[in-house]
Amino acid sequence: MLSRVANSIYWLNRYIERAENVARFLEVNVNLMLDIPNGIEQQWQPLVTTTGDRAFFEEHYGKATAENVIQFLTFDQQYPNSIFSCWQKARENARSVREIISSEMWSEVNATHQMVADASKDLSISDLSDFLEQVKQASHSFVGTTDATLSRNEAWHFGRMGRFLERADKTSRILDVKYYVLLPSATDVGTLLDELGWIALLKSASAYEMYRQSSQQHRVTPAGVSGFLILDAEFPRSIQFCLWQAEQSLHRITGTPLGSWHIPIERALGRLRSEMEYLMIDEIIDRGIHEYLDQLQQQMNEVNHGIYETFFALTPLEDTAAPQSQAQSQSQTQFLATQQNH
Amino acid sequence: MRFDAYELEDFYDELFQSPNQPRVEGVALVDRIHQLESGELLQRQQAAQQALFKLGATFGVYGDHQGGERIFPFDVIPRIISAQEWSHLEKGLKQRIHALNLFIDDIYHDQKIIKDGKIPAELILSATGFQKPCMGLNPPHGVWCHITGSDLVRDRNGQWYVLEDNLRCPSGVSYVLENRRVMKSTFPQVFEEIPIQPVDEYPSYLLNTLLHLAPGNIARPTVVVLSPGIYNSAYFEHSYLAQQMGVELVEGRDLVVVDGYLQMRTTQGLQRVDVIYRRIDDTFIDPLEFQADSLLGVPGLMQVYRDGKVAIANALGTGIADDKVIYAFVPEMIRYYLGEEPILANVPTYLCWEPKQLQHVLENLDQLVVKSADESGGYGMLVGTQSTQTEREEFAQKIKANPRKYIAQPTLCLSRVPTILDQEFVGCHVDLRPYILYGQDIYVHPGGLTRVALKRGSLVVNSSQGGGSKDTWVLCQ
Repeated sequence: MLSRVANSIYWLNRYIERAENVARFLEVNVNLMLDIPNGIEQQWQPLVTTTGDRAFFEEHYGKATAENVIQFLTFDQQYPNSIFSCWQKARENARSVREIISSEMWSEVNATHQMVADASKDLSISDLSDFLEQVKQASHSFVGTTDATLSRNEAWHFGRMGRFLERADKTSRILDVKYYVLLPSATDVGTLLDELGWIALLKSASAYEMYRQSSQQHRVTPAGVSGFLILDAEFPRSIQFCLWQAEQSLHRITGTPLGSWHIPIERALGRLRSEMEYLMIDEIIDRGIHEYLDQLQQQMNEVNHGIYETFFALTPLEDTAAPQSQAQSQSQTQFLATQQNH
Repeated sequence: MRFDAYELEDFYDELFQSPNQPRVEGVALVDRIHQLESGELLQRQQAAQQALFKLGATFGVYGDHQGGERIFPFDVIPRIISAQEWSHLEKGLKQRIHALNLFIDDIYHDQKIIKDGKIPAELILSATGFQKPCMGLNPPHGVWCHITGSDLVRDRNGQWYVLEDNLRCPSGVSYVLENRRVMKSTFPQVFEEIPIQPVDEYPSYLLNTLLHLAPGNIARPTVVVLSPGIYNSAYFEHSYLAQQMGVELVEGRDLVVVDGYLQMRTTQGLQRVDVIYRRIDDTFIDPLEFQADSLLGVPGLMQVYRDGKVAIANALGTGIADDKVIYAFVPEMIRYYLGEEPILANVPTYLCWEPKQLQHVLENLDQLVVKSADESGGYGMLVGTQSTQTEREEFAQKIKANPRKYIAQPTLCLSRVPTILDQEFVGCHVDLRPYILYGQDIYVHPGGLTRVALKRGSLVVNSSQGGGSKDTWVLCQ
């Protein structure tokens, strides 16, 4: 498979996943704000922090009001990670690999892009929830269509790898920011401060129902929620689950048996994932959850870079470097770099 | 909807020979349309448009950064060509392509046609399509123009003319295939009643043509379609053809010359490429030999091509025959190389390069269509009958400044086909672009793209100028 094509499929999936996560964060925050008693200031700043693009926001908007943050995350055409921009780039990537993906996948992307573009022209705030729901639904529908129509070939594995690495990144990020907001001081760990906030956090990852069902949990506690989102082996948005999926696809692409490694990227991802397998949430909390997540993000950043180096940036010759893959990975690196500064 | 009120006016109508009297080959279609319930035809027209929209069968418009892509409008009333007429066109096109290919080969080798005084050397050397780096080039089997789309028109008497030849990378064939698919689902019964030649084999013929070019002894040659990328106006077609042939769609940045071979960058390392179906112009192919600032091409590709280690369709240098001044000499080429009389006529053409003809053109600007010799897509032209005094004056200046660059032709009364405009049948002007493949033999794909001018009275059928398309039915013998 052409490196450029693999790169486009990888990013097609990442952008769609990214848009879905932005929609979910936003939806949950809108709902949460409705529950906040009058007189207490609404919390929109954490949402901006989650994106890792705080500097961009402050430069263009200033204060984190509901209206500003919603505009920023939904339809801002200048902001590269708004829902609008994500779908635009998803479509652009899909269009450049139309002959590789199934026509059903293309139709999904084309239709959703149109829906988002239409909504961006006149969306009233009362329609916001419907819109966010549609964005989430479109992402699920794309994944379903992909699974139902695309052979389990290299294209499919690059897509799955992109989707799960993006998801792992987003789960770690929302947990990091929320944990920090909900538990400002380390001494508060273990106390039931703000159950509402923790429930909202679970909902941000569509994890509330599954958390309740999982046999280990009875109460919503910071440790329970963090453990579930980082380490649960069955929940499809937990970081460990995501890395495990990505690792399986990586090995299908390279042909190296799981549990062994030949190239650095296999080692980096395999090591990261298998370390998590033996980790307990208490250890993470002892180390400091923010410190742990910060390091995790750095490691995932290295994985992203490794994938780029291994598959997309083949034989870099000065004159013929692929502009698109560079641009895309650049925006992501920037994204992660700013995240580390918060 | 009925044709009772349909007016033929003073034009050749492709469907009707006189008011309410369809031509023999159109009787079954007209009957079928009259049997439809009122409103049904319009519904089907809409359904057909929607089907094309969903397919994303779009084209881009240059200079339109807002919209970027548009749907190529489609009209459901087809254009019908009888078997007899088609066989005449087929013969004429084969003859023409045969001669053009010999001409290109001659120009890049001995230039006998110049030495024998049939074409002035000055015209060849000044043509923008003439590529010096191609001198002495020997493409596989001596074939240069593997894929050609020649534009044909009919005048008021129904006489066919060749309007221009497109020998670099003619586009539009994807619409031929998609239009047919949509028509079959829109009017299935008609296809049962009327014997229409199928068009679906085009990708197979194209792939065979390309495989035929592969350097010898390669068991499974790698064929690719080379596109400038998603912002090109014909990107849909590039991607569509690659998909239909099951070959890779590549861009210049996917390719690199290593160890004397052309290779593509894949996730498993470099992989050799044997045949390129290029959809970019000659001068963008290799920045080392042509346009140094081109980002679309591959440095070093030309040398690999010269060494015969990769084949390119169409061969580089074919653009010489796209020049509208050179076009005027095609009948002469047919006589010169084949010793035959041309089966298909050229449109009478005035060369502004020639002082007497220039004088005539300048005096009759309001009657003529003036075209730039090296532009296409309806750009750089003046339709005299529909121009203002100021436009004509401006154009006259341009012509005088660079006479070699311009040719003029009489305004043709292009034939018409009934077309649905504002919910009624209106006669709209059409042309026809058949596609000709030159592999082992010359093959003319039955039909081609019928382009239709969708503005009442307009003569410009180009997609970039508001034209649309129709399905073209060539009837079986």
